[in-house]
Amino acid sequence: MSLEAFFLWFSQFEYVQLLINEWPLYLSGLWTTLWLVALSLFLGLFIAVPAGIMNNSNNWAIKFPAWAFIYFFRGTPLLIQLFLIYYGAGQFLANNEHPIALAIWPWFQEAWFCALLAFTLNTGAYTAEIVRGSINTMPSGEIEAAKAYGLSRFKIMSRIVLPSSFRRALPAYSNEVIFMLHGSALAGVVTIVDLTGAARIVNSRYYAPFEAFITAGILYMMTTFVIVFLFKKWEARWHKHLKPLKV
Amino acid sequence: MKKLIIAAAMMLTVAGSVHAKEWKNVRIGIEGAYPPFSWTEPNGEVKGFDIDIANALCEEMKVKCTLVKQDWDGIIPALLARKYDAIIATMDITEERKKKVAFSDKYQHIPARFAAKKGTAIELTAEFMSDKRIGVQRATSMDTYVTDNFPKAQVKRYGTADEAYLDLKSGRLDYVMIDSAAISDGLLNKPGGDAFEFVGPKLNDPRWFGEGAGIAMRKNDTELKAKFDAAIKAIRANGKYKELQDKYFDFDVYGD
Repeated sequence: MSLEAFFLWFSQFEYVQLLINEWPLYLSGLWTTLWLVALSLFLGLFIAVPAGIMNNSNNWAIKFPAWAFIYFFRGTPLLIQLFLIYYGAGQFLANNEHPIALAIWPWFQEAWFCALLAFTLNTGAYTAEIVRGSINTMPSGEIEAAKAYGLSRFKIMSRIVLPSSFRRALPAYSNEVIFMLHGSALAGVVTIVDLTGAARIVNSRYYAPFEAFITAGILYMMTTFVIVFLFKKWEARWHKHLKPLKV
Repeated sequence: MKKLIIAAAMMLTVAGSVHAKEWKNVRIGIEGAYPPFSWTEPNGEVKGFDIDIANALCEEMKVKCTLVKQDWDGIIPALLARKYDAIIATMDITEERKKKVAFSDKYQHIPARFAAKKGTAIELTAEFMSDKRIGVQRATSMDTYVTDNFPKAQVKRYGTADEAYLDLKSGRLDYVMIDSAAISDGLLNKPGGDAFEFVGPKLNDPRWFGEGAGIAMRKNDTELKAKFDAAIKAIRANGKYKELQDKYFDFDVYGD
């Protein structure tokens, strides 16, 4: 594309029109993406921490369930997990008189719930691996010191191992947050109008795929910048003790 | 040797440009997921009314046709991106689309309809439809109709009609709105379809559904449009159209 053609393309009036008409749709899509991802990440932590600790255990009966869970959700694509939950529920829970099915179908009927469940389990599994790795690389000297002070196993876990592990897991976890944000683009395939879903609607109205998707892309990028910025702040705060001392 | 290659390349270029002008070879975009108009067999072969019409028109125009499968919501952008030269996919000729593409004369006209679980009431008012869950295929004229007329309804947009049927069956949707013949074939006449029926009137208000379905082309391909228009007239006149229609439908799909 020559420079001239590029400017011609750039000054095209239609894209401006598109933005003026459709920004509420993009904003509502962005909002859906944000709360879906934030809630998945938050709920995922409650799965990840116990699963990560269990996966570190030497007791086979404790380790196995966590290992199997992590293995399944890291071993299959997020899209497949979403389809399994969304269409699986439609197939087995809908029109089913069993009391359990009757009780949980109203939840699974909602696309957002299926997406939330799939995202939560997925991020839970990945974060569990981060937690496990972080606990594994705990400096043994610190644990020995804790033992020498006569702390109980529970106290060592809650006061020494976990706080230190969380701090060291932060950079890896920021990656997981960004992956989850981008992975959430799949929500659109089960009728949720997230940011990608909004872009697809705009594309279908204007037949302008590049304009529709670049707008969504820029909004994703801006969100990512905010996430990176926040993690930088947190790391600076919680990793203070790891920095070289200024004399 | 070098000269030979250049000469060969020049001949190819010339041949290529002649091809484009005389339309010896036309690439046609189809959907392949919208029975009875087009569907994909397990072995990958595409069949259906649109496919037969495409082949009949190409035979009439004496051109070689290549069918290109494309998901519905990208079917116009792909035409504009020159992935193919024409779309034969039961596309309603609407004012909205005319801004981007040119249409041939109509080759069929099938009304859109709502379908729902047997005994479901329906009133086509914004009030009655508010909060109702309506499934449509994304980027269809039904999508626009529902979005414009029932602003308070929960419109769920799907990539294919089949996905919408699945969610109607499971109870995630109250209604689907799709071409009536597609609903008959894809939902009502399929196993488990007897629990569902058409509800409400046939809908063919030209403001949303245009004057029927036509063949979409890029706006500057006027010769191609003339060829398609003539071919449609010809197969209407020589009985080929009726023969294909009777293969799939027991009513007149051309309309008035």
